[in-house]
Amino acid sequence: MSIFDYFRTTKKDTASIAKERLQIIVAHERSRRNQPDYLPKLQQELLEVIRKYVDVSQDQVEVLLDNNGNCSVLELNIILPD
Amino acid sequence: MAKIIVVTSGKGGVGKTTTSAAISSGLALRGHKTVVIDFDIGLRNLDIIMNCERRVVYDFVNVIHGEATLRQALIRDKRTENLFILPASQTRDKDVLTEEGVEKVLNDLAADGFEYIICDSPAGIEHGAFMALYFADMAIVVANPEVSSVRDSDRILGILQSKSRRAERGERVEECLLLTRYNPERVARGEMLGVDDVEEILATKLLGVIPESESVLKASNQGIPVIYDEESKAGQAYKDAVARLLGEEVEHRFLVVEHKGLFQRLFGRGV
Repeated sequence: MSIFDYFRTTKKDTASIAKERLQIIVAHERSRRNQPDYLPKLQQELLEVIRKYVDVSQDQVEVLLDNNGNCSVLELNIILPD
Repeated sequence: MAKIIVVTSGKGGVGKTTTSAAISSGLALRGHKTVVIDFDIGLRNLDIIMNCERRVVYDFVNVIHGEATLRQALIRDKRTENLFILPASQTRDKDVLTEEGVEKVLNDLAADGFEYIICDSPAGIEHGAFMALYFADMAIVVANPEVSSVRDSDRILGILQSKSRRAERGERVEECLLLTRYNPERVARGEMLGVDDVEEILATKLLGVIPESESVLKASNQGIPVIYDEESKAGQAYKDAVARLLGEEVEHRFLVVEHKGLFQRLFGRGV
């Protein structure tokens, strides 16, 4: 611990850090919870097709499934390189 | 009609078996005919927590396979009249719990007049844990105020809401949260998640908060469920939780630091 840390009064307690981290990961995991099991494979195969034409990497393709009442929307986000 | 309650958590070592023993004893002490089933196939431990490890002859798997009747396998608790224990087997084959087999045992227990069937789930989200929660009407999710336990509890809540029989029928399993190993001093110092924090993150109704207590280890050492220790805060907190399960309104205790007087400091028990 440096002398500057000693004077820093706004140091966060560890319980608040835990809460913040949990809120983020739990929200993230909940959003994926109700997705069908085929989504990761779908994402992989889509990526392969797109790669035939454009040079994109795994994290530049995002597949999301939204359920709105009785209809589902499959959303595909591809970030194309400049 | 029997109410099937699963005691589950995802993470291991948070107090599922301690809770199953305490809650089932508490319900029986309140006069309800109760059975507690150990679903941890291969790693049976409820028997030793409830001090009947030397009385196990037949087990849950024997009953499912038709090698023993329910009556032969059920162990009558020596302390409480209305309580019976169905031990897990020590076989290494975890897939012996079939859906039909478990359902039949649960139906037979209900037909036998049991009011409460407590299912002590193994840790993890594998077959045994799934079988323990599948038929549940209600789930007691046991969590410690700690990141990995809270995260796993959320996963288990998700499974209850999508994979249980009730979920498949479009109904809901009644879920509640039991926070164990709670240390109000550490919460006050900002070193431990508070009960409000965990409730907010999991958005689940609170059944009880069991303070961290030396009496829990003392209880398991002797094979006496901690709910019998009337002096311990943990025992009292479990008693309150049982009352809430039975629909009574009981205020939560032991959530804040108590300031001890001089007399208590000198002579009081620590727990």
